[in-house]
Amino acid sequence: MAYSKKVIDHYENPRNVGALDPKDATVGTGLVGAPACGDVMKLQIKVDDRGIIEDAKFKTFGCGSAIASSSLVTEWIKGKTIDEASTIKNTEIAQHLSLPPVKIHCSMLAEDAIRAAIKDYKQKHKAV
Amino acid sequence: MVTRPIYLDYQSTTPCDPRVLKVMLPYFTEEFGNPHSRSHAYGWRAEEAVEKARSQIATLIKADPREVIFTSGATESNNLAIKGVAHFYKAQKDHIVTCATEHKCVLDSCRHLEQEGFKVTYLPVQPNGIIDLNVLKESLTDRTILVSIMAVNNEIGVIQPLAEIGKICRERNIFFHTDAAQAVGKIPIDVEAMNIDLLSLSSHKIYGPKGVGALYVRRKPRVRLQSFISGGGQERGMRSGTLSPPLCIGLGEACKIAQAEMAMETIRLKALRDRFYHIIATSLEDVYINGDSEKRIPGNLNLSFAYVEGEGLMMGVKDLAVSSGSACTSASLEPSYVLRALGIDEDMAHTSIRFGFGRFTTEEEIDLAAEKIIKEVNRLRDMSPLWEMSRQGIDIKSIQWTEH
Repeated sequence: MAYSKKVIDHYENPRNVGALDPKDATVGTGLVGAPACGDVMKLQIKVDDRGIIEDAKFKTFGCGSAIASSSLVTEWIKGKTIDEASTIKNTEIAQHLSLPPVKIHCSMLAEDAIRAAIKDYKQKHKAV
Repeated sequence: MVTRPIYLDYQSTTPCDPRVLKVMLPYFTEEFGNPHSRSHAYGWRAEEAVEKARSQIATLIKADPREVIFTSGATESNNLAIKGVAHFYKAQKDHIVTCATEHKCVLDSCRHLEQEGFKVTYLPVQPNGIIDLNVLKESLTDRTILVSIMAVNNEIGVIQPLAEIGKICRERNIFFHTDAAQAVGKIPIDVEAMNIDLLSLSSHKIYGPKGVGALYVRRKPRVRLQSFISGGGQERGMRSGTLSPPLCIGLGEACKIAQAEMAMETIRLKALRDRFYHIIATSLEDVYINGDSEKRIPGNLNLSFAYVEGEGLMMGVKDLAVSSGSACTSASLEPSYVLRALGIDEDMAHTSIRFGFGRFTTEEEIDLAAEKIIKEVNRLRDMSPLWEMSRQGIDIKSIQWTEH
């Protein structure tokens, strides 16, 4: 299978690989996917007091398209408010990376990861 | 010059040996006769060359040349053996025994027969990939006509106990077919000593041309087949159609070379494989061999690199031509059914890579390949959430994953 240039670029030079402290109240963590399905994404966001995502980190177990999708969304969500970030659609990710139909699930997983991270952050703040 | 990836996919196919090509070439041009033409020298010369090739194949598997018929490859041989026997004897018997890790063309032939009303038993394999002979014995009934068990598995390279299976089948008067596409020319095969009644082999797995293979069909006791190609009755009526002399001759020459070099090549490949594994295993943790570590052909190593997805890894080692048990590359997204049959968890099946070594693999290539694999596995583990969890002592199985 031929990968698009953008997928290769993100795979070879992934942006924002790493981890944030999941116990930090300003950090939201999303863990989606399953090892049995061949892809797991962990996306973390650090949100400032204005609700803006000031930092994002990811770690992904999966194929090149899964790694590229998560790398791309960390770039996209940084600087956005959590409300703006939650409007990112998998179709935009798939289109940007020119994912073939068989890899669309990678972009859906990346969308799920954003939502899961935001949900985790919001739950923490409800508790505070 | 464009540098090409290091080829480590010898179970998929092999390059045609230049020595093989050399003997084939005249039969494309000046020696163009139809081997079935009986009335002139063009035909006789082609026939003579084809029959020599048939003998070369027979010699390699200790058969009589009259028991070898040419086909288009192992897929056709497997179809002909399984469907041909089932159809011919269907009035008397209707049960077939095969194995869960067989090649798709065997499994699909069996599925096809099930739709026609035949009964098929798919034997499980043990965690090492080898069938349990007691389970085989228990599966046999008075209705069993055929047992079809592959000699060597194409993904994990494990060798099935052919002689033992043959003995069990002969005692019960059941035909024994083996798909030996990955075995012939790699390990000694003796259809007499192993009581094999039908054997499929392929040319392009043993450095011969693509598009040709053979089926061994025992004469004593006689095995009969219902052919599915109607025509001039060539190949003892089992496979009509004009043979391709260059392809047949290429296969014959490939068998001759494989036989002459098997002993030395086995030692050489084993040393290369062990060297490769040693470098990997001493540099990386959590690497597992899939399939029995002893009972396997020397040219195969199937490894799972825990916490690194196979397709992702292959993309990182694009200078290596390998294949993965993670079927993310195929349309199904299901990991390898062979690895699943071994009882390997799906998550581990997704991390497997098949390395195939062969005649043209060098030590330099092995060292370079191992180095690239180690570098890439380390890079991908650094960005794997599963690796991170495992380092924190979290059991991945304890997490409630959302399957998608």
